[in-house]
Amino acid sequence: MANIITDEIIDYVSILAKLELSDEEKQAAKNDMSRMLDYIDQLNELDTDGVEPMSHVFPVNNVFREDVVTNQDNKEQMLANAPKQKDGQYQVPKTVE
Amino acid sequence: MKITDLTALELGKKIRDQDVSVAEAVKACMEQIKSREEQVHAYVTIDEAGALKRAEEVQKLIDDKTLTSPLAGVPVAVKDNICTQGMLTTCSSKILGNFKPVYSAEAVKNLEKAGAVILGKTNMDEFAMGSTTETSAFGVTRNPWNPEHVPGGSSGGSCAAVAASECFYALGSDTGGSIRQPSGFCGVTGMKPTYGTVSRFGLIAYGSSLDQIGPIGKDVADCAAILEAIASADTKDSTSVARDRYDFAKALKKDVKGMKIGIPSDYLSAGLDPEVKEAVLAAAKVLESQGAVVGQFDLSMVEYAIAAYYVIASAEASSNLSRFDGVKYGYRTEQYDGLHSMYKKSRSEGFGAEVKRRIMLGSFVLSSGYYDAYYLKALKTKALIKQAFDKAFEKYDIILGPTAPTTAPKLGDSLQDPLKMYLGDIYTVSVNLAGLPAMSVPFGCDTKGLPIGVQLIGDCFCENQIISAGCALEQGRRGE
Repeated sequence: MANIITDEIIDYVSILAKLELSDEEKQAAKNDMSRMLDYIDQLNELDTDGVEPMSHVFPVNNVFREDVVTNQDNKEQMLANAPKQKDGQYQVPKTVE
Repeated sequence: MKITDLTALELGKKIRDQDVSVAEAVKACMEQIKSREEQVHAYVTIDEAGALKRAEEVQKLIDDKTLTSPLAGVPVAVKDNICTQGMLTTCSSKILGNFKPVYSAEAVKNLEKAGAVILGKTNMDEFAMGSTTETSAFGVTRNPWNPEHVPGGSSGGSCAAVAASECFYALGSDTGGSIRQPSGFCGVTGMKPTYGTVSRFGLIAYGSSLDQIGPIGKDVADCAAILEAIASADTKDSTSVARDRYDFAKALKKDVKGMKIGIPSDYLSAGLDPEVKEAVLAAAKVLESQGAVVGQFDLSMVEYAIAAYYVIASAEASSNLSRFDGVKYGYRTEQYDGLHSMYKKSRSEGFGAEVKRRIMLGSFVLSSGYYDAYYLKALKTKALIKQAFDKAFEKYDIILGPTAPTTAPKLGDSLQDPLKMYLGDIYTVSVNLAGLPAMSVPFGCDTKGLPIGVQLIGDCFCENQIISAGCALEQGRRGE
């Protein structure tokens, strides 16, 4: 395989991806990623010098509107989806000492 | 004839003519669901009580002529990544297993305005990542034509539900073929509209620059009517496009005389099942016999589409799926040590293998040092793919080809080798990269008795031409 994915790369990407992979998953991720990258490398056959990268097919512009509330207060329903809530707010682990 | 054998438009007419009540239509679907669902498993959520209650409301509005839409009262199934207010919307993922949206997607609201009755939510590949509906956290969906085979994916539940008459039509979403490929595998008609035609507001994002909601129906006329109902310019989706016209059903009456149809010869080469190839060529003959002018040409760039697609889609997915962190909604792990541990463990336990695979690839191609080599290169490739289609549409009105290289594979055959599964998307992904409209129309079966889909691709905003051609194909098929 041309693309060697090291443990360091996997650990770094897991930090970016906010994923905690088991050793088995890490091994699989290394294999999968190097295989995919080998396949993706065929894009290097293409001469793309001077080609403008295209993120959207149509020109995308900011869409502005007046800052007016149009929806109802859904606080209760929104909180009902939270895994943990307290006093009408989302509850998270302590983040500041 | 059973009620559930009717098309959506036929049922709509019978409801308006008071031959069938909305409640009867809902009950007929529920009967069908009871008899088929154990085998097919097309649904994640079935809301019988809600549908019957809604049927009563809609019936009143039809009776007093408030609702006159052709789809008024017709029961629909909605893919489980499209938000429905107060009804579970899971993306077939453990991480959203208990999520009840506080609002409905714009496409769903548009359908409700047209008098739709939602029966439930359909199974899918987790977060729409997969081509078989086997990556669902809630079990596989089976192909109604042969339960040993997959229905395709990711909108496999929606397509299987239509094919098994467990609903009259369905909504799906298409990021790289997720409406068209399962439509082909299940012998139903499915359409991916031009990017921006249907609002993405309330569609749980996978690859935002590629995602489109679209109709899945029993025939082309149903798809045209559904698209008319769901398409709208929406300020809540900044990529929504205000189109000049939304009269898609009008195209049903137009013939294909003089229509220039191109078949990419690079779509017919290696890797294409001979029986599928035969179907494409037979479809070309049908269109030719009705006055279309068919020719073959080199589209080019075909072999690069999958690589570009998986870089772009995974990159966007890694960003879009960062919102699932166990705080505001969805799954949170039981045991954790601090905030970051909670994020990581919730996500790692909540996401399935294919989703993690794509988040990892996406995070990698966007990371510093690799961004230019992979992500930027893919965006440049996308520009070249768009150019190749632009060139083709200078010569041809529409493009005809296969929807997928084969008919539906057997359950379990695809997941062993992700890259091999990705290669099955070769004829569909470039359409998303170029933002084009395309439709899969069933055209016969292979010797195993599995349906074959042929794909009609139009230039941007030219849905009407593929609708006309699709209709012509249907007539040709019936004539055989």
